[in-house]
Amino acid sequence: MNIDIKLEQENAKKHIEAQGLRVLVCAGTGCVANGSLKVIEKFKELGADVSTLSDHDKVTIVPTGCHGFCEQGVLVIIPDKDITYVRVKESDVEEIFESHIKNNTPVERLLYTDPHTNQHVHKNEDINFYAKQTRTALANCGHINAESLEEAISVRGYEALSKVLSENNPDAVIKEIETSGLRGRGGGGFPTGRKWRFTAANKGEKSYVVCNGDEGDPGAFMDRSVMEGDPHKLLEGMAIAAFAIGADEGYIYVRAEYPLAIKRLRKAIADAEAAGYLGKKIMGTDFNFELHIKEGAGAFVCGEETALIASIEGERGMPRSKPPFPANKGLFGRPTLINNVETLANVPVILLNGSQWFSSFGTETSKGTKTFALTGEVNNTGLIEVPMGTTLRKIVFDIGGGIRGGKKFKAVQIGGPSGGCLTEEHLDMPMDYDNLIKAGAMVGSGGLVVMNEDTCIVEIARFFMNFTQHESCGKCVPCREGTKQMLKILEKIVAGKGEMEDLDILEELAIAVKDGSLCGLGKTAPNPVLSTLKYFRDEYIAHIKDKKCPAGVCTAMKKIVIKEDLCKGCTKCARICPVAAISGTVKNPHVIDQSKCIKCEACVSACPFKAIVKE
Amino acid sequence: MTTQSASKIDFSKIDEIIQSYGAKKSNLIAILQKVQETFRYLPEDAMIYIGTKIDGLSPATVYGVATFYAQFSLEPKGKYEIKVCDGTACHVRGSMPVLNAIKARLNIKSGQLTTDDGLFSLETVSCLGACGLAPVVVINEKVYPQMTSDAVKLILDTIFQEEA
Repeated sequence: MNIDIKLEQENAKKHIEAQGLRVLVCAGTGCVANGSLKVIEKFKELGADVSTLSDHDKVTIVPTGCHGFCEQGVLVIIPDKDITYVRVKESDVEEIFESHIKNNTPVERLLYTDPHTNQHVHKNEDINFYAKQTRTALANCGHINAESLEEAISVRGYEALSKVLSENNPDAVIKEIETSGLRGRGGGGFPTGRKWRFTAANKGEKSYVVCNGDEGDPGAFMDRSVMEGDPHKLLEGMAIAAFAIGADEGYIYVRAEYPLAIKRLRKAIADAEAAGYLGKKIMGTDFNFELHIKEGAGAFVCGEETALIASIEGERGMPRSKPPFPANKGLFGRPTLINNVETLANVPVILLNGSQWFSSFGTETSKGTKTFALTGEVNNTGLIEVPMGTTLRKIVFDIGGGIRGGKKFKAVQIGGPSGGCLTEEHLDMPMDYDNLIKAGAMVGSGGLVVMNEDTCIVEIARFFMNFTQHESCGKCVPCREGTKQMLKILEKIVAGKGEMEDLDILEELAIAVKDGSLCGLGKTAPNPVLSTLKYFRDEYIAHIKDKKCPAGVCTAMKKIVIKEDLCKGCTKCARICPVAAISGTVKNPHVIDQSKCIKCEACVSACPFKAIVKE
Repeated sequence: MTTQSASKIDFSKIDEIIQSYGAKKSNLIAILQKVQETFRYLPEDAMIYIGTKIDGLSPATVYGVATFYAQFSLEPKGKYEIKVCDGTACHVRGSMPVLNAIKARLNIKSGQLTTDDGLFSLETVSCLGACGLAPVVVINEKVYPQMTSDAVKLILDTIFQEEA
C-alpha cells in the first residue's frame, strides 16, 4: 500500500492530542523492578474518573521505555505540567492525582532533589542528569509509548525510510552515512559507511542485515534501552541499511537475558509489518525486507560478529577467522552487514537531519553522540548520551553528581572487560575512540563503572579476568590457557601469596594472549590487567610486598582485631562467632584466634562498644 | 547421571517443539530453549532424540551446543531459580555478600546448583542490564533491586513460609 508519511504523522499527532493529559510512566526493566506496573495500574484506576478535571477532558497513562535514570525509578513525567516525579510508589499515586492532576499543586516530596543545592527540581530538563546530555539515539526513549507504532510515527518514525525509498538511490544513502562520520558503537569503532559500501559491493542474489543486540559487557545497558524504549527506530535503521546494501532479510540477535526487549521487538515487528513499514512491498514500493528475532543463549563471545553468525546458524558461538569478512561471506555464506543496535538507531536520525548536522557533534575523528551506562559509586547512576569528546569530569561530576557519600574518586573502568581504567589524570581528556585507545582503554560498548577509594583495583582486575576466562570459547589456545594462567596469578596476589616476578609474568602473558587470539575477546582480555598495572602498580606491590590491601577489600589480607582498651568482656562476640575463633572470660578483654577467623565480620557488627575493628 | 529415566520423557512433546520451530539446524538453539523451558533442564535423552531427528545434526553436535551456552543446564533446576547478578556494577556495589547470604540461608555449597529438596537453584549471571539498581537478584523472572544480605534473607523467608 502507498503510504503518505506526512499524513500518517498528522493523524498520529491528532490521536495523541485527543488523549488529553498524558502521564508518562517508565516501564523499562529498571522501573518495572521498582514496581512501575503497579503504579500504572493505580493511575489507570484513578484516571477513569476525570469529571472534575479543569484543563483536560481526559487522562491517558502512557507506559514508556527507559528514561535512563533507573536509580530514581519509578519515574513519572507529566509533560503538560512540566514535571518529573521520582521514586514514585503505588501508594503515592493517589496524592499525585488529587493534588497535582486535579488541583494543580505539585507534590513537592516526590520531586528530584539536587544533591549539591538540596533544592527540589520540577522540570525534567532542569535535572542536571538530563540537562547536560545530548540525546539523539535515545531521544524518544521514555517519551513515547514504546509499544505503539502510532506514537513512533508521531515523532517522525519511518519518515527517513519513506524519504530514502522515494528517492530510490541506495548509493546516496551510503554516501550520507559515510560523510556523517558514524563509527560502530558496539566497540570496534569501524566506520559504518565503509562497512555498508563493502557489503553493497558484494550484492548478489541474497544479502542479509544483522543487528547485534548481544549486549554482553557487564555494566552496559544502552542497547537494551533502545530496544525496549524505541524499537521502531531500530527497525527503521535496519530497513534503511537493507535498502542501501540490497538485502531483503534480516536478523536481530538479542541476548536471552533481555526478555522485555524481545517482547517489545516482536510486537514492533508485527505492527510494522501489518502497517506496511516492513515485510513485502514496503510503503508501496518494490522493496521487501523480512525481519526475524534470534534469542541468544548466554555466551559473551557471541557479541563478536563471526561468533554471532555461527550462533544464528545454530552452532556453538565460536569466532571464525577473517578474511573472509562477513561483508563477503557471512550468514549462511552470504554477504552480511552486521551493525550494533546503537549504530543502527543513529541511522534514521542522520538521514532526517543530514550528515552535516550529525558531524557537528563530536571530535575530529569521532562524530556524533555516544551513550554511556554510568554506574558504580556515583550519585546519579543511569544511561546517558553525550557528544563524543565529552570529558570524564563532566560525566562523573556534572551528570553523575559526583561520588556517593562524599568519598574520593579513584578510577573509572570503561568499556567493560575489554576496556581499561582511567584515573584522575584523565578527567579532562576528551573521550573519543582514539584518545581512549591511547590511554590504554577503549569506548567498548560504553560501560562506565565509577570506583571510589574503597574499591580494590587488583580485585577488579581479577574480577574482569575471571569473567573473560569464563567466557573464552576455547578455540585459540593463548586465550583459553593464557587467561587461565593470568587469573591464577591474580587470585594468588589477592590471596596475599603473590611474588614480585608475578607482575612480569602477567605482562608477558598479556602480550601473548593479545597477539595469539583470533577475536576481540582474546585481543582485549588483558586490557584491564595492563591498564591497572600501568596506573595502580603500587597497589599490586602493596598486595605482594606488604601483604596489605590498601582499600581493605581483599579478605585474605584483612585482619579483624579486638581493641583491648575498649572491650568490656560482654562475650557477645564470642557467642556470635560462627567458627568459635573468639575466646575470653566474662568482663575481661577477648581475643580473636587469627588462624580460625573467617573474616565474616559478624563480631564487628555485634559489638556494642565498637571495640572490634578491621585492620 | 540425572535421576530422570528415559521412560519419563514424553518424546511427543519434543516432536511438537521441533515442529513448531521447523526441523532446521539453524533453529537448534530455539528448540533447546523451549525443551529446557518444558523440562526445566535438557535431559540427555532429549538431546539424543533431537540430534537424530534433524538433518545435519548428531547427538554430539547437540551436546556441543548445549554445553557451550551458559543458559542450558544438564541437570534439573529448582522450582525457584535464583540468579545473582555479578556484573561489574553489581560486583562493585556488593553482590558477593548477598550471594553468601543466600548460600548460607539455603545451605547450598559452592559448585552445587540445586538444593537437595529441589526447591531452589542458585547461580551467578553476568549483567542483567539493570545496573542502575545494583546489586540485583532475580528469582524466576522477578527482579529484586538494591539487595542487601538482610533483604534477600527476608525474601527467602517469605518463600519458605509459602512452601511450608
